Amino acid sequence: MPKDNVLCGEFFMNGDIACAEGAISAGCRFFAGYPITPATEVAERMSERMPEVGGVFIQMEDEMASMNAVLGASWAGVKAMTATSGPGFSLMMENLGLGVMLETPCVLVNIQRAGPSTGLPTLAAQGDMMQARWGAHGHYEIIALVPTSPQEIFDLTITAFNFSEQYRVPVLVMADEAVGHMSEKVVIPRISQKELVNRPRPRGSPEKYLPYDSRMGLVPPMAVAGEGYRFHVTGLTHDERGYPVMTAEAQDKLVRRLVDKIKLNAKDIVRYEEIDVDDAEVVVVSYGIAARVARYAVQKARDEGIKVGLLRLITVWPFAEDRIRELAPRLKAFIVPEINYGQIVREVERCAAGKAKARLVPHMGGGVHLPETVLEAIREES
Amino acid sequence: MTKMLTVEANPMDCYLRVDRIPHIWCAGCGIGPATGCFIRAIDRAELDPNKISVVSGIGCAGRMAGYIKLDSFHTTHGRALPFATGLKLANPELNVVVFSGDGDLVAIGGNHLIHSARRNIDMTVICINNFNYGMTGGQVGATTPLDARSTTTPYGNFEYPFNVPYLMTACGATYVARWTVLHVRELERSITEALNKPGFSFIEVLSPCPTVYGRLNKLPRGLDEMRSYREKSVIRDGADPKDVDLSLNGPIVVGKFVDIERPTLWDSYRQMLDRASKL
Repeated sequence: MPKDNVLCGEFFMNGDIACAEGAISAGCRFFAGYPITPATEVAERMSERMPEVGGVFIQMEDEMASMNAVLGASWAGVKAMTATSGPGFSLMMENLGLGVMLETPCVLVNIQRAGPSTGLPTLAAQGDMMQARWGAHGHYEIIALVPTSPQEIFDLTITAFNFSEQYRVPVLVMADEAVGHMSEKVVIPRISQKELVNRPRPRGSPEKYLPYDSRMGLVPPMAVAGEGYRFHVTGLTHDERGYPVMTAEAQDKLVRRLVDKIKLNAKDIVRYEEIDVDDAEVVVVSYGIAARVARYAVQKARDEGIKVGLLRLITVWPFAEDRIRELAPRLKAFIVPEINYGQIVREVERCAAGKAKARLVPHMGGGVHLPETVLEAIREES
Repeated sequence: MTKMLTVEANPMDCYLRVDRIPHIWCAGCGIGPATGCFIRAIDRAELDPNKISVVSGIGCAGRMAGYIKLDSFHTTHGRALPFATGLKLANPELNVVVFSGDGDLVAIGGNHLIHSARRNIDMTVICINNFNYGMTGGQVGATTPLDARSTTTPYGNFEYPFNVPYLMTACGATYVARWTVLHVRELERSITEALNKPGFSFIEVLSPCPTVYGRLNKLPRGLDEMRSYREKSVIRDGADPKDVDLSLNGPIVVGKFVDIERPTLWDSYRQMLDRASKL
């Protein structure tokens, strides 16, 4: 292992461990969590690795505490992460909202399992996609990334930290049990400091510092505790000083900015992968583990001469709206296999706006689609 | 002729966001005097104000973070302690203070409170206990005395309250005290001690809420509750915390109950790091 104890090389590891290593490569030096299947391995790995890289690991009393400890650590100037699954994700929503409101960079990993409630703790699902979008109360915008392999969860955890620092927003890594527990080759490159993004920092005297000064851009510079800025931040609606202001005008100004800083930068955030989309008449839109099955089904359909392509979402939030709008007029249908009873298909349908059909291929969770199920849907729509 | 002396600013104003005054607290509320004790204690403790972080939860006392000119965080209901835990562990040089109310810390945040004391994380917790949920209009809480009236116990409270100092002692807090806002000198001294004390320090501060709790319990003016503190308080430093529970008309035992040494969370964490580095 190199002197700084950050891994580098080729490894055979599962998605949970790759996620932890991605965080370490991204500069994460604080992890707070609570055990929950199938995300526990992330915490276990971090408990071993944080001491090795000069960071802090703490197991908190519950997920509300974990999320809050992560926010506190971030306000002390340290890159911080937590990892959980469905029931814990629900508990974290309260303070995900606080993170959004205080504009706190941090990463929240959800290794999804089937729900509702305790559901199927050890089996995969993608049922939390809308919770990722709207889980905390109030109107806000969030960034959520969906990895499809252990390699990608490593890569996207770094991306998640970079986005969170750049936009001062909690970023969600929405993996699932299959990706979390699957072991594959993971190549860990040497990540240079240049590839890592750090939050905008205040310049000028502490006396003049305004915690939510947006005059220079939608993402305000962030001071951290102990530097002499003596700032105040609150979950209440606030002005640029961070002071509570209980008016509709202050609410309008704040919520618009919280949403716009993501929405107006969606072009730079949205990521997807396309296969054979150029001449396609039918496009399968999928993400995470479901996209691996979809990829196989698309290949099989191509072998049968069907003009079909795959659009694999890498960011689900913000949603790839522009691309769906662009494709819709020349397609017969979008086919959306997802491991839930229809969540992202609603977004596809909304953006297709009647110009192409949006067909859901659901799976209730506890496994993945059979390639034949997706293939059959492709055949029917082509 | 006596010369008029005009004082432009209070010497403690440097610790306050004077641009946010007047505050939202009711006339006769005890949170103001407790805040006064806190800022004078910071001054007395000779701490670098740039290295102090104040974390509050939700409620009347939770608003204190917004008036103090230090790095200050107004968080979610009950979650001040885990937020403070993240701050402290990520930067152990910070002197972290949690200032919040009884509903926030002891009821909704009760789980965080017992675990923070168990860990003996190095921070000071100032718990304003006004025996009810003031901000929402006077509902029963985990500290409301048996038989007391509140807007959700119109026929009297039928639940037993926590004896908070006893709870904190059992959980492993290294410094446990209780004062009322009548005891300004003792409270100020106690907060000064707590700020300089390694480990988890907990101070319960009994505080009038004339607007709701007082009005519902025959103490309608702030001074009525202060008078009851004067009449019923007994200073017993070193009292066994199990004997200091509060009741509607019983005595109010105040004092410093616990002041012990125990390795802090960070002490133990550093020992673990030593073990890890030798592997």
